[in-house]
Amino acid sequence: MSLGGELTRAFDLRPKRSWRGVKSNLMTVLMAAAVGLIAIPLVLVMVSVFSKGGAILFHDFPSFLTADIPPVRKAGPGMGPAVIGTLIITGTATLIAVPLGVLGAIFLNEYGGASKFARLVRFMAMVMTGVPSIVMGLFIYVVWTMHFHLQAFGGALALACLMLPIVINASEQMLRLVPNSLREASFALGATKARTVLTVVLPAAGSGIVSGSLLAVARAAGETAPLLFTIGAARTINTALFTDENTALSARIFENAKEAVVNAQDRGWGAALALVLLAFSLTVIARVVTAYATKVRK
Amino acid sequence: MSDATPATDRPRLDLRGQRAHGDQAFRYLAIGAAALVLLVLGLIAITMTQRAIPVLRTMGLDFFTSTTWSEHDERFGALPFIWGTIYTATIAVVLSVPVSLGVALFITQVAPSWLKKPLIYLVDLLAVVPSVVFGLWGVLMLAPHLGRSFLSAGIILAIMITPIITSLAREVIETTAQADKEAAFALGATRWEMIRAAVFPHARSGLVGAVMLGLGRAMGETIAAALVIGSSAQIALSPLSSGDSMPAVIANQWAEAGATQKSALIALAVTLFVMTIIVNLIASAIVRRSMIRSRGVGG
Repeated sequence: MSLGGELTRAFDLRPKRSWRGVKSNLMTVLMAAAVGLIAIPLVLVMVSVFSKGGAILFHDFPSFLTADIPPVRKAGPGMGPAVIGTLIITGTATLIAVPLGVLGAIFLNEYGGASKFARLVRFMAMVMTGVPSIVMGLFIYVVWTMHFHLQAFGGALALACLMLPIVINASEQMLRLVPNSLREASFALGATKARTVLTVVLPAAGSGIVSGSLLAVARAAGETAPLLFTIGAARTINTALFTDENTALSARIFENAKEAVVNAQDRGWGAALALVLLAFSLTVIARVVTAYATKVRK
Repeated sequence: MSDATPATDRPRLDLRGQRAHGDQAFRYLAIGAAALVLLVLGLIAITMTQRAIPVLRTMGLDFFTSTTWSEHDERFGALPFIWGTIYTATIAVVLSVPVSLGVALFITQVAPSWLKKPLIYLVDLLAVVPSVVFGLWGVLMLAPHLGRSFLSAGIILAIMITPIITSLAREVIETTAQADKEAAFALGATRWEMIRAAVFPHARSGLVGAVMLGLGRAMGETIAAALVIGSSAQIALSPLSSGDSMPAVIANQWAEAGATQKSALIALAVTLFVMTIIVNLIASAIVRRSMIRSRGVGG
């Protein structure tokens, strides 16, 4: 390419501007256009959420995040019950799904390996990832809510079921990266398998598991469909896990989006901004954990 | 493990004892956690089918072929919703595939290395936005222009499955052997000819699998569809007419449904469950086959 001017002229074997070259450039331009195209909805949605949501969220800050939910037609703030509900429900789901998911991954990678049972579980976890969230919600309704009543815990169970296969999958990939020499060194010191896993393997894979779990939490926090059948619709703050109805940001956004009243829609935008900020910050924390861990390892 | 310990030292040095119990307990705990996956899937299939059976028994095959959905007459025909589900998911895939493929090719084949990471983040960012936020935007910003219709729902679903298809496609494309690509260039191929000669043949089945996974996701997506599809139980061909899809009708009718209708909605969920599982199984079979072929080992 950067040969001297005369040489280039003498030995220029590149094809003349041909249809083939034009076509290739055209396709490259189309690929770049595709990148621009996916940025459009992201930008449009973010502009709407931040301008409309920001207007209401920061107009009454921080009371928008703490006040009770007013009647539909009334203007003004109030998503407190939904904020608390989202935190309680997602937090409980995390406490259920992450330990179980990590344990399941430990079985798959440390005990099961290529055994038939482990392969079956791996396959079924993949199937479970594909179960629509609304089906998971109805499932919890059938096995839990029907026998008890609408409460935060039912929603947490549904979200936990959705998170479980994601956590298992992410954790197993991280466990697989832990070098065998670490395990062998631990065994050589006389540690049992459980001790090896808990004190050597898990800490080595820890940051990866944490960031994988955080991404699962971010997704769960935005889930709506499973909550429609399980938690009810509270208008006042309810911090109890097992008693009385609750609510969540995602469920409130869904209900408010269906209203024809501008005041309700505005509260929907405010709740959307709160939820987007929550999901984004969880994702950013996950990335920071990953980046920090890779730096330490180097 | 410590069988090699000399017999005389056993009483003093045998450290197994309680530790062995703990060790076993931990093992069973791990097995239990793994078995939970099987338990949940089994329970989904059994308990929900149980709830659905009353309606499926009275309706018989009409449940899948009838177009009347009326609580008043206790007639529940799911065909309009099955149609709406397949139609919107197809629109979503048709819109999403060229874009996803373009982005995946741009990231892997065109973009300079400093641009790759930011672009991957951009795609991931799209995946982080909760579906209900897309739904809110769809119903308040998009529907005023396009109406509440199959097309609006298809567009929102397309936005939501694009990050999934893109990242899977990117992974598949990245496994193309460098030697194949260089061979194509050495024979004088342009970039596009190289992609057609080296990348596509290698990645074809993996790409089909990625698209199928996107299709499965689009079929099961509830909230965005529930808000923008228009909620009318009709089978229409025009993408601009309103309709309804299975997850959308479950979400929209649940709150006001009586006992029989709840059973019918659960039957609808079972149908959706089976449909998405079939799509996902086909997808994973295709992906697995392509992995085996490209790496020579089981993925």
